[in-house]
Amino acid sequence: MSAHDALTVLIVEDGATDRLLLATLVRKQGHRVLTAENGKLAVALFAEQRPQLVLLDAVMPVMDGFEAARQIKALAGEELVPIIFLTSLTEDAALVRCLEAGGDDFLAKPYSPVVLAAKIKAMDRLRRLQATVLEQRDQIALHHNHLLNEQRVAKAVFDQIAHAGCLSAPNIRYLQSPYALFNGDLLLAAFTPTGEMHVLLGDFTGHGLPAAVGAMPLAEVFYGMTAKGYGLAETLREMNAKLKRILPVDMFCCALLLNLSFERRVVEVWNGGMPDGYLLPAAGGEALPLVSRHLPLGVLSSERFDERTDVLPLALGDRLFLLTDGVVETCDENDQLFGVERLHRVFAENHDPAHLFEDVLLALEAFRGRSRDDVSLLEITVVAPEQVMPPPLVYSDSGQSSPLDWSLSFEFRAQTLKRFNPLPWLMQVLQEVHGLRTQSSALYSVLNELYSNALEHGVLQLDSALKRDAQGFTAYYQERNRRLQALDSGHIRLELRVEPWKGGGRLIIDVEDSGRGFDMSKLHGAPTVEQRLSGRGLNLVRRLSRHAEWSDGGRRARVEFAWDALA
Amino acid sequence: MSDTHVDRKVLSDLQDVMEEGYINLLETFLEDSEARLRHLCSARSAEALGLEAHSFKGSASNMGAHQLAELCRQLEERINKHALYDVEHLIHQICREFLEVRQVFRDECKRVKVS
Repeated sequence: MSAHDALTVLIVEDGATDRLLLATLVRKQGHRVLTAENGKLAVALFAEQRPQLVLLDAVMPVMDGFEAARQIKALAGEELVPIIFLTSLTEDAALVRCLEAGGDDFLAKPYSPVVLAAKIKAMDRLRRLQATVLEQRDQIALHHNHLLNEQRVAKAVFDQIAHAGCLSAPNIRYLQSPYALFNGDLLLAAFTPTGEMHVLLGDFTGHGLPAAVGAMPLAEVFYGMTAKGYGLAETLREMNAKLKRILPVDMFCCALLLNLSFERRVVEVWNGGMPDGYLLPAAGGEALPLVSRHLPLGVLSSERFDERTDVLPLALGDRLFLLTDGVVETCDENDQLFGVERLHRVFAENHDPAHLFEDVLLALEAFRGRSRDDVSLLEITVVAPEQVMPPPLVYSDSGQSSPLDWSLSFEFRAQTLKRFNPLPWLMQVLQEVHGLRTQSSALYSVLNELYSNALEHGVLQLDSALKRDAQGFTAYYQERNRRLQALDSGHIRLELRVEPWKGGGRLIIDVEDSGRGFDMSKLHGAPTVEQRLSGRGLNLVRRLSRHAEWSDGGRRARVEFAWDALA
Repeated sequence: MSDTHVDRKVLSDLQDVMEEGYINLLETFLEDSEARLRHLCSARSAEALGLEAHSFKGSASNMGAHQLAELCRQLEERINKHALYDVEHLIHQICREFLEVRQVFRDECKRVKVS
């Protein structure tokens, strides 16, 4: 018998003859033997030597077998120490007592060596099985704790990345489970340096760490580029390329992105694989679905990725409603789905827009039998720009090296106009001028307006009258894309001049395009807040800048910003 | 005659198992049993008597003294059923049977020492 199979067996028997006989039998079978002549001694010996198996006489003086068995089992704890009762008791009642006391088997007298060997072997197999189960249970518990800890760390890292967000803005309401990250649900929102709001609602394939791991690089790109003033298109390209590169082939991220400009009252929408979002008009009426027109992020290569967005007009009080598919797929006890119709009904039956978010939540609560942790909801209300003042950006420099006397000029020609948006880059340059920083939002809006006008109405010769309604908006932007793709001539010249002025400084922007110009007689009267959807936004430019003038038949615009001496 | 009191096959198996310890086993049994008998005869309560009978039955059966074991079983049963009449007679029978068994085992010891 190998050392592995040899056990230490405790034999507890008050009769000297039987004890001697049994000890010899067991020893002959290759095991080490301990003996005790009563229960009390047996328990003490067990505690001291921890044998693997016990042969126990039921009827003994000074603590009988039943009590000894109970105490030994208690000492053994989780481990299985098989107890084989030695008994010539035949009545069922007596045998039941043995089992209740913790006995695992019986050996009748007279002892049969063959039966004894078989029982010892069987009990030992059980014993080792139990030991294996306990060991594996402990290993599983350990791994589980590791996993939980890893997830905790991942979440902590992610929260650091996500802290730059603006989900706490007053016009945003949202619902997201704390486990969202590990369900692959992602909700990101941030202001650009110029007051526009970028929002991303995403749904990664997979669960647990694989889903979370993709979220982090994506969030980094989103927040990084938004903070630098990049538009949605560039950000989408970068996010798609990143995910395509780093994720395995069968993983991707469905996403719905918005770029809201409260100043210009438009929203850009890009939906790749997410359920419909909704634009709910303040005036009531049908909700406009924001339908998925693209493949999710991380699927297509850069050459085939389509970052074109849809542009929609917004009015004060409009609401944008985004949700993950956990909402529509919520089930009740009968496995019925909540479904899109029910959601539309909630929209239709809602009377007070301020309560729409609650209405949806209540409808979900009332419907579902059990809670789900993969439901994410987001509602954004369109408000006046002053109401969503982003927190002031913190700069790390002191302004001593701020450039205060320089000029810069560019000419962008057809091939560049097709592919390159110079605005984020120009804004970066202008951020270096400390005096301009408090006017970042206005500055960006004006530059955007001037550049868009120069490109769309000047070079591409689009008629802004097309943008009179939502349908017209879509047609306008489709035509814009078409003409831009086909562009082969034309230019935009842009000149920036910064100079000291009246103790402080001023910025002069000149934008000139190669188009036909426009009827400048439209420019009269004091600038007012832009009410209509269309128009050259000229009033916006005049309102936000210190001075604005047009010349050369409308092909050239000159705009000024100024600032006082900094303290 | 020895087969009625002791099962020879059992003794032969015991000798195989115990090897050099065989005689020791026989002697241990004889010593053990004499103590048991004393307890049996001087038992104060029915319960104590029953326990002794039970134990004696066990060791007797292990040693092949099947008749002795059977008598002990009858005693145990009587006590369990509270049929305590004529228990003294049964105890005497047990003593007499033991004497027979003892003789067999002493002869057996002699036989082994000589071989």
